[in-house]
Amino acid sequence: MMPAKRNKPIKLLPKTPTGIPGLDEITAGGLPKGRTSLVTGGAGSGKTLFSMEFLVNGATEYDEPGVFMAFEESAEELAQNVASLGFDLKKLIKQKKLIIDAVRIERSEIEETGAYDLEGLFIRLGHAIDSIGAKRVVLDTIEVLFGALPNQAILRAELQRLFRWLKNKGVSAIVTGERGHDTMTRFGLEEYVADCVIVLDHRMTEQVSTRRLRIVKYRGSLHGTNEYPFLIGRDGISVLPITSLALEHKANTGRVSSGVKELDNMLAGKGFYRGSSILVSGTSGAGKTSLAASFVDAACRRGERCLYFPFEESQSQILRNMRSIGVSLAPHVKKGLLQFHATRPTLYGLEMHLVTMYDLIQEHKPQVVVMDPITDFFTIGTKTEVKAAITRIVDFLKASEITGLFTSIMSEEEAADQSVVGVSSLIDAWISLRNLEINGERHRGLFILKSRGMPHSSQVRSFHLTGSGIAIGALDLAGRRASVNSA
Amino acid sequence: MAKSPSGASSKRTEKNYELRLYVAGQTPKSLAAFANLKKICEEHLAGQYHIEVIDLLKHPQLASGDQILAIPTLVRKLPEPIRKIIGDLSNTERVLVGLNLREQ
Repeated sequence: MMPAKRNKPIKLLPKTPTGIPGLDEITAGGLPKGRTSLVTGGAGSGKTLFSMEFLVNGATEYDEPGVFMAFEESAEELAQNVASLGFDLKKLIKQKKLIIDAVRIERSEIEETGAYDLEGLFIRLGHAIDSIGAKRVVLDTIEVLFGALPNQAILRAELQRLFRWLKNKGVSAIVTGERGHDTMTRFGLEEYVADCVIVLDHRMTEQVSTRRLRIVKYRGSLHGTNEYPFLIGRDGISVLPITSLALEHKANTGRVSSGVKELDNMLAGKGFYRGSSILVSGTSGAGKTSLAASFVDAACRRGERCLYFPFEESQSQILRNMRSIGVSLAPHVKKGLLQFHATRPTLYGLEMHLVTMYDLIQEHKPQVVVMDPITDFFTIGTKTEVKAAITRIVDFLKASEITGLFTSIMSEEEAADQSVVGVSSLIDAWISLRNLEINGERHRGLFILKSRGMPHSSQVRSFHLTGSGIAIGALDLAGRRASVNSA
Repeated sequence: MAKSPSGASSKRTEKNYELRLYVAGQTPKSLAAFANLKKICEEHLAGQYHIEVIDLLKHPQLASGDQILAIPTLVRKLPEPIRKIIGDLSNTERVLVGLNLREQ
């Protein structure tokens, strides 16, 4: 792999991918190959999981076996802790792609007398590395030794030797460290690790817990310097932003009812595609939330799970208002099928909203997600930022085969200019609700601006909110009340 | 390299000391540790001990079993509980404390 050193242009630092979504993007390729990186953070910040994922991904995706030397947990505990993320450590161990060596040292049973070194540690690690041809190594967390061995001078000299030795071995290593009061690690491990330092953080902001990751140092490499929110989700860690514009999601041919029979009829008789992204736009009071609620109601009646993010109304307000048009959502909430998560967009930043929504989606595992209205995000970010965020949500929902319904508030002028949302190109089906004035009478009108992959009605229909739900009918141009089909 | 002096009649009871000394090659520290251990055992445990020397350079897989990190490490396997003494065993007093021989 290593090219000849002489007569070559300067080589970029070789990197080894972590396989952690988002991280490889902000580090431009992963951790420094053949070097040691330091991952530090407070208790519960995700250090162990981070490093385990580095090894598991190495073993399963990059054909790089790994050794995990655990100073704090037993092999059994480690396997249990990561099993919920789908990491099958026992299988990897059996396949000789992973070795877990749990180091247990009891200060109370050790007596120190005279000179010693840590050759035993080197031999153990060396033996593990050699026996499976490991390319990746994790030491989690070697700082435990400071509590276990009284002689700090010997320990520091040996740690220095250890990091040199790891480099000579050519393994890509992660050592973890516990964050100190005003130092990066409690025992100053950062002195020994010069190449790459990543800080993980778990804090409460506005009563919401956020995990953040920051690359403090990456010698010889460009890297993102922001604090990036990250999640510990179903499949491990993912760092935002996820630049997932790969468009790889498979198209679903299943259909779901919009909850309004006449609207289904307008959509080739069967409603929306499952897993598609639906936009309902309209002026204030046009009936967007009512349409969203009908859709949710229909989904819950089918036994599907829904997650509703209102940004302007509270849960009880929505329940009350929808009851007035005969859409009863409370039973679905009681059954646990429907969950509301109401927040003001200004409560926290765009990234935080994304993280929270991702988290809730992972947790609730819905088939339908509603965001009402997405246009509120424009109060907390620039158009570009908001568009990027919405793109990520849409991508994420599609990849998870979740049907997403977004509402969008438009002024009358904007409603005429149909591209204003800026995200319309991402949307599969777009329903427009408008107030129309015809012969001196105000009508609510509904029409389908687009619906990808199906023949659909191109008519403007009348749209009524009745005591028993939404009614859509022919627009009566004669000025009389539009005829209403029963819902 | 296992040694087990025999024959010496003992003042103590049947108590048997099973000792394991972990080394990594014939380093000065390892040799010193073995010599010191031998001397202490002869003086205090004549006839009741068994020393097994394990060279981790030859048997690296044995390091994890007794949770060895430091070299040299003396492990008192018996009598229980297990005790560990790390270093070249140059401080006789502390070795005796470590082996729990001091109080007796």
